[in-house]
Amino acid sequence: MHSFGYRANALITFAVTILALMCAIASLSDNLNSPSPSSQVQVLNINWFQKQPNGNDEVSMTLNISADLQSMFTWNTKQVFVFIAAEYETPKNALNQVSLWDGIIPSKEHAKFWIHTTNKYRFTDQGSNLRGKEFNLTLHWHVMPKTGKMFADKIVMSGFRLPDEYR
Amino acid sequence: MGWIGETVDSIKSLQIRQVLTQAVSLGMIVTSALIIWKALMCVTGSESPVVVVLSGSMEPGFKRGDILFLHMSKDPIRAGEIVVFNVDGREIPIVHRVIKVHERQDTGEVDVLTKGDNNYGDDRLLYAHGQLWLQRHHIMGRAVGFLPYVGWVTIIMTEKPIIKVWLFKTVVWYTIKIHSAS
Repeated sequence: MHSFGYRANALITFAVTILALMCAIASLSDNLNSPSPSSQVQVLNINWFQKQPNGNDEVSMTLNISADLQSMFTWNTKQVFVFIAAEYETPKNALNQVSLWDGIIPSKEHAKFWIHTTNKYRFTDQGSNLRGKEFNLTLHWHVMPKTGKMFADKIVMSGFRLPDEYR
Repeated sequence: MGWIGETVDSIKSLQIRQVLTQAVSLGMIVTSALIIWKALMCVTGSESPVVVVLSGSMEPGFKRGDILFLHMSKDPIRAGEIVVFNVDGREIPIVHRVIKVHERQDTGEVDVLTKGDNNYGDDRLLYAHGQLWLQRHHIMGRAVGFLPYVGWVTIIMTEKPIIKVWLFKTVVWYTIKIHSAS
């Protein structure tokens, strides 16, 4: 009844239960945080805009992105993954989401930033619908916790428009 | 081999009723594990509700040995979500983030492109030859929760099968020991 194995078993079971409980509480405490992020994106320049040989439109642009995501960090946050996606509708597709830039924010100190960049991933359409196309730029974030549930949300910035002609 | 002889001896020395109790309690452990697994499958709608991260392609978010809880709902797939997908001709599923989505107007079918956060380029090199997009049927689930380090247990067990045998022995031995002691 009071053997070594029996006691070790009881101790390990207790330790694992407490650890699981602490993880659950840490994850639940994230719900108390209500973040108020802000973001601004400007399209500074359309570098080039053309039709690829396979018939798909492709555009290269320079963006100026500034964001303040400091309110997203809690004690259970490991990192925040942030990305800008262009979102638009075409006759063929009800929704197109094309990621243009992304980054990993490792800590609260780095959560207020601005960056001047060309699109990191190719902005290519499925087809040739980008001339004069209105599109939204959306700042998405994905909060990755130290343990538990992951959170994601977005800010939609509308009113962007591509040029009417290739250049 | 001494271990087996000892166990057989200890079983022989017990009465039939005690042996049955032990067999039942051992069965209970195995079945309850199975019940939990199957219940998770029903709740999450995913054929494998928990996956272990095996590669470092999502670092520093997910490291090797972390586990992810998956959920498979009818909700459409959107950019930024972390999905687990199977590629034709590849056995091991991959956990990566969606970076591009094109959803059809009429059928609602989706074309999805993924990328590992820690990889330089997108996943087209990992897909089957000539495949440009993932479709809905490739995707097994999306990651909703995260628990660090726990997956090392399974990684160690698959890489060192001897530990699996040893662990099984210990469990059997303990159920018998505890029940005969009480």
